Amino acid sequence: MSDPARASMWLRGIGVCGSHLHTWPSVRVILRGEGPLPAQAAPIPLCSRLPAAERRRASKVVNLAMGAGLEAATSAGLDMATLPTVFATSSADGENCHAICTALASKDPSDHLLSPTRFHNSVTNAAAGYWAIAMGAMAPSTTLTTYDGCFAAALLEAQGALATGTQDVLVTVFDAPYPEPLHSKRPIVSSLGVALALSAHAGPGRLARFRLGLTDDAADRMGFTGLEAIRCGSPPGRGLVLLERIARGHHGIVRLDYLDDLRLAIDIEPA
Amino acid sequence: MYPLTLSRFTLTSCLGSGLEATRRALADGRSGLTHWRVDDSGFDTFVGRVPALSDMRLPQPWADWECRNNRLAYLALHQDDFADCVARAALRYGARRVGVFIGTTTSGIRETEDAFARRDADGALPACFRYRHAHAGFAVADFVRSVLGLKGPATVISTACSSSAKVFPAAARMIASGTIDAAVVGGVDTLCGTTLFGFRSLELLAQTPCQPFDVDRTGLSLGEAGAFVLLERAAGAAAPDDVLLLGAGESSDAYHMSTPHPEGLGARLAIESALASARLSAQDIDYVNLHGTGTRTNDPAEDKAVTGLLGLRVPCSSTKGVTGHALGAAGAVEAIVSALAVQMRILPGGVTTQRQDPALHCNFLRAPQTGRVRRVLSNSFGFGGTNCALLIGAAAA
Repeated sequence: MSDPARASMWLRGIGVCGSHLHTWPSVRVILRGEGPLPAQAAPIPLCSRLPAAERRRASKVVNLAMGAGLEAATSAGLDMATLPTVFATSSADGENCHAICTALASKDPSDHLLSPTRFHNSVTNAAAGYWAIAMGAMAPSTTLTTYDGCFAAALLEAQGALATGTQDVLVTVFDAPYPEPLHSKRPIVSSLGVALALSAHAGPGRLARFRLGLTDDAADRMGFTGLEAIRCGSPPGRGLVLLERIARGHHGIVRLDYLDDLRLAIDIEPA
Repeated sequence: MYPLTLSRFTLTSCLGSGLEATRRALADGRSGLTHWRVDDSGFDTFVGRVPALSDMRLPQPWADWECRNNRLAYLALHQDDFADCVARAALRYGARRVGVFIGTTTSGIRETEDAFARRDADGALPACFRYRHAHAGFAVADFVRSVLGLKGPATVISTACSSSAKVFPAAARMIASGTIDAAVVGGVDTLCGTTLFGFRSLELLAQTPCQPFDVDRTGLSLGEAGAFVLLERAAGAAAPDDVLLLGAGESSDAYHMSTPHPEGLGARLAIESALASARLSAQDIDYVNLHGTGTRTNDPAEDKAVTGLLGLRVPCSSTKGVTGHALGAAGAVEAIVSALAVQMRILPGGVTTQRQDPALHCNFLRAPQTGRVRRVLSNSFGFGGTNCALLIGAAAA
């Protein structure tokens, strides 16, 4: 690794929510090669933590992000009301975007007026907004969008926060398929949210220690075809190579896709 | 982590391309907003348009990136020797050691809106539509990195109207963590149907030029802008004209998706955190560039936060009536307005405001004033309850 950015961070919890991969204990079994990847897509459960009004308005990607984030933060034993968050998504709410573009393309001008919920759900940080309301979290939160490099970008942002005084941070990366016709232009193969609770310090219950750097090396791939399809077919899936190492208890360097000419190298060590 | 030097910056907006046009407008108290009748809806509003974008095309090497948002980015990058200064920084540090952090809300979604209107009989989008280079939120940062020949980390921050304020602390964190030595930060957002009809549907668009903090304010005026800053660690001996990022603070409202906390609690937290990060106190602030959108609910929440923390005397204004609300670019636009205020020794005016709402108590300036401005607070808040406060100031206090 070529960069001196070698401050450590510690993994405290993992969350997975999605149509094919759901909850860390069951995903861990799949990543260890001890159980099959479900062939059928399952519906995304609604997040029970949202107040009723917000639950009615929250879309699929919000539930993906909330489900993954909640599992990671809960398993880490962190107080969600005071926990800073980093969200990352390449496409945010694709179904909502489809509905807006369809309405605006209508020849009938009365269709151009969007509902308030439609409009406020269009912001990339909608999931962060719903999360803050559900958890009563006034802590800093950011939302990144970095195309296929969302997972790596979110970890770099978390590293920056943890290196500058933040004690713990929750990273949540999520994306879901667009409806047609956008799906043909930007195919995302699976609805998936992956969350990592990360800490600046060692302590009890840490799952691993990470050190990040940038590299020219190619990204690592998944050995199993079905999982490799999710890895390279969705931005949160780009993190599956990291989760596989954690699931198998393997240490050493794992490389994640980031930008066209740059990968993120994560040196995984025992906690 | 702070301070960092704003070693070069540039702004292209409805006021013109480059800083000189902005300086003149701020000094003269001129608004760049122009009347716009929205096609076929019969709705009148005022917008801050960049007219050059309509006829402009990107040079051939960047033809794949063609969209209004990237055109604005390209136009803005090539003002005030900005791109050349970044090239020199890349030589100094190495191209991989310079990051790119851009705020945008809608990127090139206008291309998608147009493409939906041209779907074929099967509902498919035109073959020429390029998702990654136009629609994708990341497209503008990807494009800027490519045009500038940078090889380091890059991201878009998309947190509605705080996006390009939040790029400043994000870059500061990455510089502090040692991953990069310098960063191009900024914001680029352009007019499109999603935001125009979205704000119209919420009845938040004014039919006159927006009038922040006015008793008769009826909503916001949209604008488009491209704003870029080269951020570097502050050198030992700062030049008298150097402007610094002194600190920044971020928070969440945890209240409502599109309405601010009525007491401005989230805004207050962000300002307190910015002051703490800069080791400054409330009385150190000479001028506040308000978020001040001109909507009925935003301005009172911000007024409570600002007056509650800073008192009633500090001069404040919103320049949204000058530039329009450039949404994801607003934070960087106003960081640059704040930097110019320091350099020009001018307190910009909220020139479209006629009569301050008696229920709002901050010391709101309607006309520009000259005066010593050493430290500026610049506020940016957005949908989803996202808040960011920046402190911009002179190198020598």
